[in-house]
Amino acid sequence: MGNNINIALAGNPNSGKTTLFNALTGSRQYVGNWPGVTVEKKEGKTRYNDEEIVVVDLPGTYSLSPYSLEEVIARNYIVEESPNVVVNVVDATNIERNLYLSIQLIELGTPVVIALNMMDMVEKMGINIEVKKLSKMLGVPVVPIVASKKKGIEELLDVVVRLSKGEIEYNPCVVDYGKDLEEKISETIESLKLNPLAKKYNLRWLAIKVIEGDEKVLKTLNIDDEEESFEDDEISLLDDYESIIADKKYQFITEIVSKAVNKPKDEKLTTSDKIDKVLTNKWLGIPIFAGLMYIVFFMTFNIGNIFLDIIDAFFSETVSGWASNALEAVGAAEWLKSLIVDGIIGGVGGVLTFLPNIIILFIFISILEDSGYMARVAFIMDRAMRKIGLNGKAFIPMLMGFGCNVPAIMGTRTLDNEKERIAAILINPFMSCGARLPVYILFASVFFAGHEDTVVFSLYVLGILVAIIVGLIFKKTLFKGEGAPFVMELPPYRIPTLKGIFIHVWERVKGYLVKAGTIIFAASIILWFLLGYNFSGPADITESIGASIGKAIAPIFTPLGFGNWRAALSLVSGLLAKEVVISNMAIIYGLGETVAEAALEGDITGFASTLSNTFNQLTAYAFMVFVLLYTPCVATIGVIKRETNSWKWTLFSIAYQFVVAWVMSMLVFQVGSLLGLGL
Amino acid sequence: MPLSMVNPGQSVILKSIRWGSKLRKKLYDMGLTEGVKITVISDNINGAFIINVRGSRVVLGSSLTNQIIVDVI
Repeated sequence: MGNNINIALAGNPNSGKTTLFNALTGSRQYVGNWPGVTVEKKEGKTRYNDEEIVVVDLPGTYSLSPYSLEEVIARNYIVEESPNVVVNVVDATNIERNLYLSIQLIELGTPVVIALNMMDMVEKMGINIEVKKLSKMLGVPVVPIVASKKKGIEELLDVVVRLSKGEIEYNPCVVDYGKDLEEKISETIESLKLNPLAKKYNLRWLAIKVIEGDEKVLKTLNIDDEEESFEDDEISLLDDYESIIADKKYQFITEIVSKAVNKPKDEKLTTSDKIDKVLTNKWLGIPIFAGLMYIVFFMTFNIGNIFLDIIDAFFSETVSGWASNALEAVGAAEWLKSLIVDGIIGGVGGVLTFLPNIIILFIFISILEDSGYMARVAFIMDRAMRKIGLNGKAFIPMLMGFGCNVPAIMGTRTLDNEKERIAAILINPFMSCGARLPVYILFASVFFAGHEDTVVFSLYVLGILVAIIVGLIFKKTLFKGEGAPFVMELPPYRIPTLKGIFIHVWERVKGYLVKAGTIIFAASIILWFLLGYNFSGPADITESIGASIGKAIAPIFTPLGFGNWRAALSLVSGLLAKEVVISNMAIIYGLGETVAEAALEGDITGFASTLSNTFNQLTAYAFMVFVLLYTPCVATIGVIKRETNSWKWTLFSIAYQFVVAWVMSMLVFQVGSLLGLGL
Repeated sequence: MPLSMVNPGQSVILKSIRWGSKLRKKLYDMGLTEGVKITVISDNINGAFIINVRGSRVVLGSSLTNQIIVDVI
């Protein structure tokens, strides 16, 4: 006890650190197939031979010179927290590039173990890696593993434990940078010896970083003054040094790879390259992407709806009926019966009804992510994104937004430029998340029977278009200037595993269920009271507090075509979580006397017939547009605050989205009315 | 000539990157050092490229492909 071994998992993006983390700790962190899935460090524990091992999973990085925020997180951890052992996860299929980070980690001085991952893929590709030779030349232990199949994990832990106890000889390699640079390095080391701030670091590594002009290192060492004198005569040399240092490292690696790795000579196009010839084709790329997205929404709709009636019947007949009978049997008061049946079961059940659609949407999003297609979409959409001052990489968080905006906004950390990152955060909520889907499904089934999928698809497209238009306006006003150029590694295509998809979908469904059990549950109870009471006691729904609140707000929505208190109250409560719009409507229309019967016998059509008293096709569409675009839910607002670290941008986001939603929805209604639609 | 003028399927040698030091450092880190062999896999309408460098596939935006100078092998 007290002698925990701390290990950090470091490696290039998409090299399988999180897969290894999960294999080591038994946790189920999300693994995806694009660079930048992990943007925060995660901690877990494991045991080996009575040793407690704390494992930290770091975001992927190409080197120890921090470029984007996630890379800063990774480097700071290794440099400042100095773990006992750094497990460097190396993608063996791409060993040359991966070893570049290994060399830097070794240079850093912390004991390194290389976990040579994806050895199964390597064999398939006909590549032969002589592990012993590799280990000898690098001077650090190398353990071949297949993290996804949990192969080699024991061996890895064994080596880690023994290395941390000093039971393994550790003679790390040293890269020779050539006479000129080595002299420079020695000189710098000498001067660093006098700097008290440099004490806790490895001096050779530090010296190399100083020569490279690494801003963060210069700042920690407090030597910007020196740097200036440095710059006067050597400004162009400084640039050269960077290039020479990188080049020497690669030369060193090429040498090792040529000795320890036997590749088949002919460099044919890989299967991934062949798939890319079609999917990222100049002319076909965008149509294929649009087609795939349409299929996703078509399936979400049509497969999901097979289950819709069954689940709806389950809640409104089986559960409600059973609860009513049970409550009656125990002689519960009428109000309590109504609270449970109309409030809780109606409200929470109204949301859970759409679970099948959500699951199917999540399955498709997972397939897109795990296969590696997501990264290609970034390439395909680069042109469109560049118009709004962002680059293709910013499209990945946008696509993630179709699942949930909260992780999507965190995903913007992969963007290199702070201005771009804020712009990407601000437009992200226009990507319609899974929580908004139930609203569309309900309204589309009631008002656009037969064309539901087209209507829902149109909303998703509208979300993307609005994001692009708003982005364009931002580029012209708030975030002027050129964006950072687009550089991203493409992962090879992989066939998604059932297990991977299951984990991914379950994580998201769990989130949805937890929300149903907490926020939506609580909101349903509150709304039931608001709708059943006023300050003088129990009241008719039209006289209730809820109705008064709704009526006070409703005029705002009159130009949009749905200036009734029911819609107004639903929208306001939807700020808690967008699903609440639905549970609120279920309660409102379930409580209303006219549908008292329908609520008990309770099919969605009963709910629907009352809905159609207040909405028509045009106002229903305007309402959906408003739900798509308006102020995000509290969870999203919270993450916007955290990621922008600014109240100004958070408040701005709340306000401007409301305005955008109002204007767009108003346009739909007013233009539609002029054209005589929806009558 | 700039990389943007290379056709898919062609291989070239990287000569220099005309960009600020911060980005250049990142490109070095990703294996795009001077003298390395680059093969173009696909191109996009607007000039973004997918290239093969040291066995990894890297996307380079159009603003970059114009600024990366290469030599034909």
